[in-house]
Amino acid sequence: MTSQKILDEFRTEVRAWLADNTPPDPGFLLPETFMEVGTDQQFEFLRNWQRTVYEAGYLGMAWPSEYGGGGQPQAFQDIVNHEMAAARVPFVPNTIGLNWAGPLILDMGTEEDKQRYIKNILSAEDIWCQGFSEPDNGSDLGNAQVRAVRDGDEYVVNGSKIWTSLGAYAKYMILLARTSSDGPNKYAGLTFFLAPMQVAGVDPVPIKKLTGEYGFCQTYFSDARIPASCRLGAEGEGWSVAMKTLMFERGAIGGQAGGLSAMDLNINDIIELARRSRRNGRPALEDPLTRDELMKLILEAKGNQLMGAKSRIPALCQDWPTAVPMSGKLRGSELKRKMTRFALSLQGANGARYISDDAIDGGKWQRSYLNAFSGTIGGGTTQIQKNILGERVLGLPKS
Amino acid sequence: MPVIAFSEEQSMLLDTAMDFCAKEAPVAGLRASIQDGLEFNGARWQAMTDLGWLGIGIPEQYGGLGMTLADAVPVAEALGRYLVPSPFVATTIAAQALMACGSPEQQSQWLPRVASGSIASLALWEPSGSWSLADTEAALTKTGDQLTLSGQKVFVEAAEEATLLMVAARFEGNVRLCLVERAQIAESAIQRESVIDETRRSFSVTFDHLVLDQAALCPGLAFDVIENASLLLSSAESSGGIAGVLGVVVDYLKTRKQFDRYIGAYQALKHPTVDILMGSEMARAYVYHAATEWAAGAELETIENAVRMAKACATEQFAEAGDRAVQFHGGFGFTYDCDAQLYLRRALWNQYQFGDERYQRSRLADVMLAAS
Repeated sequence: MTSQKILDEFRTEVRAWLADNTPPDPGFLLPETFMEVGTDQQFEFLRNWQRTVYEAGYLGMAWPSEYGGGGQPQAFQDIVNHEMAAARVPFVPNTIGLNWAGPLILDMGTEEDKQRYIKNILSAEDIWCQGFSEPDNGSDLGNAQVRAVRDGDEYVVNGSKIWTSLGAYAKYMILLARTSSDGPNKYAGLTFFLAPMQVAGVDPVPIKKLTGEYGFCQTYFSDARIPASCRLGAEGEGWSVAMKTLMFERGAIGGQAGGLSAMDLNINDIIELARRSRRNGRPALEDPLTRDELMKLILEAKGNQLMGAKSRIPALCQDWPTAVPMSGKLRGSELKRKMTRFALSLQGANGARYISDDAIDGGKWQRSYLNAFSGTIGGGTTQIQKNILGERVLGLPKS
Repeated sequence: MPVIAFSEEQSMLLDTAMDFCAKEAPVAGLRASIQDGLEFNGARWQAMTDLGWLGIGIPEQYGGLGMTLADAVPVAEALGRYLVPSPFVATTIAAQALMACGSPEQQSQWLPRVASGSIASLALWEPSGSWSLADTEAALTKTGDQLTLSGQKVFVEAAEEATLLMVAARFEGNVRLCLVERAQIAESAIQRESVIDETRRSFSVTFDHLVLDQAALCPGLAFDVIENASLLLSSAESSGGIAGVLGVVVDYLKTRKQFDRYIGAYQALKHPTVDILMGSEMARAYVYHAATEWAAGAELETIENAVRMAKACATEQFAEAGDRAVQFHGGFGFTYDCDAQLYLRRALWNQYQFGDERYQRSRLADVMLAAS
């Protein structure tokens, strides 16, 4: 155990460092999450910030020092994560590397994999992306159809993956591909790769989102040849590796490098907006209907937090032990959608503006609302989540 | 301090209370006792007294267990889950009222009796339906050495079987509590009320120039403590109720077939049932958070916020769960024989006692949404 005194001192140190080193407002609208990085300008800004944070020793603090981590207790990284969110600094963009691929490699990779990948994930030298979803297989991940056919020391990959965040900047992709269609079920033919992106036949094409911005790609593979050595796990074991990745993604198991992966937009920002807004010639915060709607959102946000606290007390979770941990994404993303949608309603006619100097706060609320669907759709839509909860938690029959 | 703490004692009380309710007061027997007029069940009350539950929040010097109201929360939750008709909550709140507002003499006279099973109940509300005690019209007037009480009180739980009623009335400009022994009240002054929750024994009590000793007046004015305690236990009951009705819905969705499929396979039923689950988990988290604040002896305002949030969440979610439960049972849900109606009707009582969710949100907004 690290003494409380040491942790307190560390917290003070981190606060001071953040105060001195947080970059000034760049003068352009920063993306909200790693999924929304749409311009080179945004990307370079965020990559530099990640490098600065890593070089200060504040990223991957609990990862092994022999691979570039800090080799310290997780408590230190937790403090950094908390302080970064509290100070509202920009996020570090290499989320898939830091929080999904990195922990996976540390868990399952060879010594060579660890030497090769870990440090550059932390420094943002190598950006990582994820190739799970396909145009025809969104929620039904197990049905992935991108083919990888063994040819000597290589696999030949064909097909396409979609929603590759940072695809245009990535050096590597965690790729789930089909090596066989002959197995007893659709899952048995899947294999997992740490695939290079910058090889012939791999073509990430940016997708224009509903916000009008970019941030995702559709990645096309046309006879792309990747080395067999980049396979993680055996042929046919891809599904279980992918499930492990999703455990890291959903935060169900620890091991993530840490940092901040999204601009933290919370209920206090909405209250602050209501304070500035007017309705019927009065501050919106005095309008009874506005107050009631705000209180509903406040109660939902607070309730979500309390559910997390309750889930750590087994004696209070005997009926449905997994209800809370399995519903985190559902609850968080739906709340964000509701909050940002409500934020527009506080702006009067200006609710109809979009990203521009005339819009309130430059239009970030409109953009936030439209981007909120990435949460309610990505990683399994709200509707799929409700199927999963209904079937796995409540034991209802399959739909 | 953790935002939610749950002690070994609370855990044991929860297990004991759940076992007791399942064995001694199963929901299956409820409809028959309602049809028999829902007479007060003395044997069950004695069993609950023997378990020590009536003394949970009462100090040891008065014969109680010396725990806090937070320890009564698991019991209220279990009673709510099984819709048990019982004056447990009413009596427990009355004991808290005695502790908050009673004189030392009143406390030493009544708390030991309550701890050993004498039923006590608060008579706060009046026909106007207001949730604010500031609207109290019942009046206490002083005549010589005595007090005279006049006015009508409604929604008085267990008034018939109670030994003690604590009545809110206006006295010299303030609203005060006074102690009225059941024996001082004429039979004809107590009328059973028709209320939406048929598992409640609720009464109207009319006081027509009832003469009381001066010593019947409670010196304390801490109605906020009484309100907080009531909100906490009402929320606990509702939290249990949601879990109960969710079980009823899930059972039906897994056993009822239509078009050759179990109806739980239909997403139109599955998804809103997940919503009930989420509501149940959130309500419970709020209830035990409020209980934690209470047990930790937090500032009164902190406790008030926590219990109002718990009440806003728990009764809204319970009422919604009950509403959906009736609907999901289809034609059966429209009948008296379906358990869903028992939960819905209980939920509506809980929702409209001590302020519904909109009332709680409005009170919370006054604290949390200051204009500057």
